[in-house]
Amino acid sequence: MEWEAVIGLEVHVSLSTQSKLFSGTASIFGADPNTEANIFDLAMPGTLPVLNEEALRMAVKFGLSIDAEIGKRSVFDRKNYFYPDLPKGYQVTQLDFPTVGKGSLTINLEDGSERVIGVTRAHIEENAGKSLHEDFHGMSGIDLNRSGEPLLEIVSEPEIRNATEAVAYLKKLHAIVRYLDISDAIMAQGSMRCDVNVSIRPKGETELGTRTELKNINSFRFVEKAINSEIQRQQDLLEDGGKVVQETRRYDAERDTSSPMRSKEFANDYRYFPEPDLLPVEIDDTYIEAVRATLPELPDARKARFVSEYSLSDYDAGVLTASREMAEYFEAVAKASGDAKLAANWVTGDLQALLNKNNWELTQSPIQADRLSVLIKRIIDNTISGKIAKTVFDAMLEDSASVDEIITAKGLKQVTDNGAIESLVDEVIANNPEQVQQFRDGKEQVLGYLVGQAMKLSQGKANPGQVNQMLREKMK
Amino acid sequence: MIEKTVAELYSALNSGEISSVELTQAYLDRINRYNETLNAFITVSDESALSKAKQADALRAKGDSSPLLGIPLAHKDIFCTEGVKTTCGSKILHNFISPYDATVVTRFNDAGAVMLGKTNMDEFAMGSSNETSYFGPVRNPWDTERVPGGSSGGSAAAVAADLCAMATGTDTGGSIRQPAAFCGVTGFKPSYGRISRWGMIAFASSLDQAGPICKSAEDAALMLNAMAGLDTKDSTSADVDVEDYTAGLDNSLEGLRIGLPRQHFAEGLSADVEQAVRDALRVYEKLGAELVDIDLPNNHLSVSAYYVVAPAEASANLSRFDGVRYGYRCEDPVDLEDMYKRTRSEGFGEEVKRRIMVGTYALSAGFYDAYYRKAQKIRRLIKNDFDAAFKDVDIIIGPTSPHTAFKLGAKTDPVAMYLEDIYTIAVNLAGLPGMSVPVGLADGLPVGMHMVASDFAEAKLLNVAHQFQKNTDWHRQRATAFTEGQ
Repeated sequence: MEWEAVIGLEVHVSLSTQSKLFSGTASIFGADPNTEANIFDLAMPGTLPVLNEEALRMAVKFGLSIDAEIGKRSVFDRKNYFYPDLPKGYQVTQLDFPTVGKGSLTINLEDGSERVIGVTRAHIEENAGKSLHEDFHGMSGIDLNRSGEPLLEIVSEPEIRNATEAVAYLKKLHAIVRYLDISDAIMAQGSMRCDVNVSIRPKGETELGTRTELKNINSFRFVEKAINSEIQRQQDLLEDGGKVVQETRRYDAERDTSSPMRSKEFANDYRYFPEPDLLPVEIDDTYIEAVRATLPELPDARKARFVSEYSLSDYDAGVLTASREMAEYFEAVAKASGDAKLAANWVTGDLQALLNKNNWELTQSPIQADRLSVLIKRIIDNTISGKIAKTVFDAMLEDSASVDEIITAKGLKQVTDNGAIESLVDEVIANNPEQVQQFRDGKEQVLGYLVGQAMKLSQGKANPGQVNQMLREKMK
Repeated sequence: MIEKTVAELYSALNSGEISSVELTQAYLDRINRYNETLNAFITVSDESALSKAKQADALRAKGDSSPLLGIPLAHKDIFCTEGVKTTCGSKILHNFISPYDATVVTRFNDAGAVMLGKTNMDEFAMGSSNETSYFGPVRNPWDTERVPGGSSGGSAAAVAADLCAMATGTDTGGSIRQPAAFCGVTGFKPSYGRISRWGMIAFASSLDQAGPICKSAEDAALMLNAMAGLDTKDSTSADVDVEDYTAGLDNSLEGLRIGLPRQHFAEGLSADVEQAVRDALRVYEKLGAELVDIDLPNNHLSVSAYYVVAPAEASANLSRFDGVRYGYRCEDPVDLEDMYKRTRSEGFGEEVKRRIMVGTYALSAGFYDAYYRKAQKIRRLIKNDFDAAFKDVDIIIGPTSPHTAFKLGAKTDPVAMYLEDIYTIAVNLAGLPGMSVPVGLADGLPVGMHMVASDFAEAKLLNVAHQFQKNTDWHRQRATAFTEGQ
């Protein structure tokens, strides 16, 4: 039987506000345990929440960027459960009236096609603290630094069909929140987290199958692996005449398997009710329009602009706009160098390869936009050839000197002097009488070989155009 | 001196008749003498009180004449006080020392008032007799075999026995007004949001409101002047201008329309209480007021609605008492669940546990619509009743409680105890200001009159109460057993 999967994602992103959602404590990643927790974060008796308006603004900004309905009246609710890293014994979240309602985003697939995935809602909620189970002699430690940090939980419609689309969806969300500058969205640090709902059904069937929820997935790659492994597990189960049980499963990336979480860990009646310590949040069109005015150019718009403004291919424009940093880097190089095509080639080619090889973020690259621009300028003004430029690029990794200094120091400057080229050409003609004759007999292809010989003689420094031209003249 | 009102003490302090240190010492002496009997205080902070009094005297010597400067007060033990034990009447907080001050506490500190200590209360303010306190029941100064009312019983008894000049209380369903009535003092519950809840340990967040317990309406106005106002630390605190609540106290009551809810003068009301209230109404008629019978048709639903909403909110508010970060923790827990279960089973008293269970049930999946949502709808109906009434009348008056103080241990049925607040609860559900003033004695026990005004009409309420007190002296009556040393 042929099966199809139905996938929905619940993505949590930490909003990069200065302070927590309901208290004035700073939210800083990596501080010493419990140093970023005030009396409210510790749920001292009598303390009360005050909404951080910046978190609301960020949520609205996100909503506008995915063309979502904005809740003019959002209501916070208490979600009740006991856990030591949840100091109040309830999490404040939004149940029936989230700040962001229905919206959608377009995902870009590797074959160049696009799909629109619906977003059900996005709501604001507070993060829990962290339980630390090691190094406490059989007891547990609690770190409340993270407790109360603002999260935006973005819930997709169950419209994703496979693992590849799920990753494309995540990458798009990642790009959007970073373009909006509302979250670092670093999966490895937990500032972007993802729970996956998966069910399968026979192809053509309209009823949904029983779904499972996968937790504990902390990279794009694991999302893909976890989904594929869960689809396979469900398929094996159903084909063997078994049944999928609705449950929450913990994904183990190391073993590429998942196992059911203990029912106690999730089977709760959360007893939601409106948080009486906070009034409903009312916003009007003026507020919404003011936030809209702060929206930056988003990935899709930027991609379209790169295609029209810089005559890039759809593919290149897509690659370059996948992250805000990459897009800004490219545009800086394109503008400073004056050649967008070359800039695009270098950024998507050598630079991207360098990042991939070293597993670097763009910000970690030793070659920043200004240096790459100079390198490209030197190609354009014939100081070096494109080929020599690769040598210079490699040298730039080791050497923080300027591009021009490197070219000079290494003697890589292109030879454009007619006299010097003429003597190169003469030498090549003298050394290759057979090929010269073939050319003269009309075998054009030999020219390439002869140019290559001249370039070799010059150690790559001769201007290939000039060599080409002079060879033709001399062999007339 | 100790029996004087805050307004009178102010004159005595200003004229140099007495110093704040002397006055503070006089109250501390009385606490020392009578607290063993009354059990009104959980914590007495004599040293810090005397040092604060000294500061007040020094400030006064420099020309400071703030209205509450040097006046000794007591805080209900529900208000967090930095460095001082704050128990909320519970074993689960019996050892809790607050790291911060409640806004109400800060405001009294800033006004120069002198805190004598923290008063006893029903555990987490859940009770109408002060018998649910982990620290034992408070006794009514008028008859120590009787309850002082609750939950602010310690504050009411302390004011009634002149163990302090004034006290703070909180009122979720009647917890200021009912003990004020039972102890023969003046108790005032402002509109919801009028006074910050920051640092006031939550029972039911949408109903809780702090207020004064004191010896006169004028004193209530003076206290309210210090307590009221927007607080950015409490999102539900109201951005409504604060008036000088003493300014309109002497306004004439000529033409005042007083509404008498038929539902409050009906079956269940004891005859002597009704008589005292009717006598008080005569006084108002003489002052030019007009009495109008009104209806609050949904009043009978208020206790039921309250006992869904309040426990529901409480069930979540009290989740933080889990033994993890502060307060009581059970001995040698074997695992997390054991720690939770035993800490909370051992740390909370019966009534608190009962309400947590009721609230948890009301919010459970499948019951939410039938209970919580329905209760919220009733709340709206009750508010509508009041809004309709206030289109016709300026003030609503009735009895505070159906009867006078009852004997300790007399009410063992929880529902009978819940019905204690039958006249006061609707006011909390509607968020309105209400107060209780003493209007007589029945068999030697004080009777309280309940007065309600529209949203944020605190000044009107105080004006109406003050005019009564100017023309009567019920608020000056004292229990003879505690009048020694006056």
